[in-house]
Amino acid sequence: MYSHQRIVITGVGLTAPNGNNLTEYRQALVQGVSGITQSEIRYMGQQAVGLCRFDEMKYQSKKQRRRGTRAGSISIYCANEAITDAKLDWASLDKSKVGVYVGITEHGNVETENEIYELHQNKLDTKLWSPHHNPRTVANNPAGEVTLALGITGPHYTIGAACAGGNAGIIQAVQMLRLGEVELAIAGGISESPQTFGIFAGFAAQGALGFDANDVTKSIRPMDKKRNGTVISEGGCLYIIEKLETALARGAKIYAEIVGYAINSDASDYVNPHTGRQTECMRLALHRAQMQASDVDIVSMHATGTGAGDISEAAAVREVFSASSKTYVNFTKGHIGHCMGAAGALELAGNLSAFEDGIVHLGLNVDELDPDCECPGLVIQESKYVGNVKTILNNSFGMLGINSALIVKKYEGK
Amino acid sequence: MTTQDVKQVVIDIIADIAPDEDLSVIKEDVSLREQLDLDSMDFLDIVMELRKRHRVEVPADDYPRLATLASCVEYLTPKFIQ
Repeated sequence: MYSHQRIVITGVGLTAPNGNNLTEYRQALVQGVSGITQSEIRYMGQQAVGLCRFDEMKYQSKKQRRRGTRAGSISIYCANEAITDAKLDWASLDKSKVGVYVGITEHGNVETENEIYELHQNKLDTKLWSPHHNPRTVANNPAGEVTLALGITGPHYTIGAACAGGNAGIIQAVQMLRLGEVELAIAGGISESPQTFGIFAGFAAQGALGFDANDVTKSIRPMDKKRNGTVISEGGCLYIIEKLETALARGAKIYAEIVGYAINSDASDYVNPHTGRQTECMRLALHRAQMQASDVDIVSMHATGTGAGDISEAAAVREVFSASSKTYVNFTKGHIGHCMGAAGALELAGNLSAFEDGIVHLGLNVDELDPDCECPGLVIQESKYVGNVKTILNNSFGMLGINSALIVKKYEGK
Repeated sequence: MTTQDVKQVVIDIIADIAPDEDLSVIKEDVSLREQLDLDSMDFLDIVMELRKRHRVEVPADDYPRLATLASCVEYLTPKFIQ
């Protein structure tokens, strides 16, 4: 390891289109339960979408919700669930030593679109523009709402990393803990993207918006020969991340140790992926974790269901892991769609329970595997019991050529 | 609009801005901020909603006139009549 400070995950709070806590979510993934539904999107008509159904009022007043954003509400829910799950003594915790690092793909599109819609209803009278527009659209909004709701006085900000945001939020937490900036981090990723038509219209304009009128749950089919694009979803997953010794001192349940990570850039295209850079990213993460490819039990692919994206990533995974007969490969977006900034964090969470139950959940909706997407060890028809899972590598990539790979290891008491 | 109507307009707006509050026990001559969880942004919202829903303008210098429910009614009623 390139730093001696060991960092662990001790709490998980999440909401996904198919589950509002880790137990529900894991069960849905293993059983192949989709969270994709159909909904009317402004100006866009009926679209396939992944929406979360958590209780916004569980941790917020109506007024807090009205003042804030959907992204903030998702973040507050996930943060509270994570704190509860970690069994932290929150009341006596020094809140100035807590950092909030939330990965996002984008923020502010939803709120700006809504204001502009209202502006047109109000005959372009800008005097009716909401005084809440700026606090709702500043880039730190989701993380800031967490600090407001929980009285956290340590640092907070979002990490804009396109759809690598979830991994980037976790990596930021690791770095800040190792620097000694904070003693505890609430970190991961969130997304409110389905609340904005612009994201749908943008993917449609790229020819990358998936839809299946016969069965909406099949609108996103990563790795399938007939895949025709991705599905926009919302979601959130925030972790409690802390130093190993503080976790041990308080007798915390340790979900995993974060042992390696890497972020790099393609420097080649605005949207098209780059197999070579993705390969380098995974290899750098392995190098930093002092691991070989054969040490990895599960590779969780980014796999968005787009034509070029899945082929590129499959080639990168083959390049790194083809000689590793014990490595299984899966993906999550077939179940929940593309949760954008939350994707990396949620997809890691979906696989974390494999450390306990030894099951690799299936990647959903592959009827006919695209030969160009073949990967050794790909789990697609049904979830597979594989026994002792010790290491997971979680890929998350995004536009403008950002790649991330995160490696977590089962903590076995040493 | 009667003073009772104007009072109801203000209460309806506050009900939307502060949805967790019980407005049935509101005291008309006590500062709204003393009895309700309202901050400066909420008062901007009240001004905005008066403008949006009723085309009633409240200049910044007059914001103190919205301190209590009674003062709201006293200040706003002539504007609704205009």
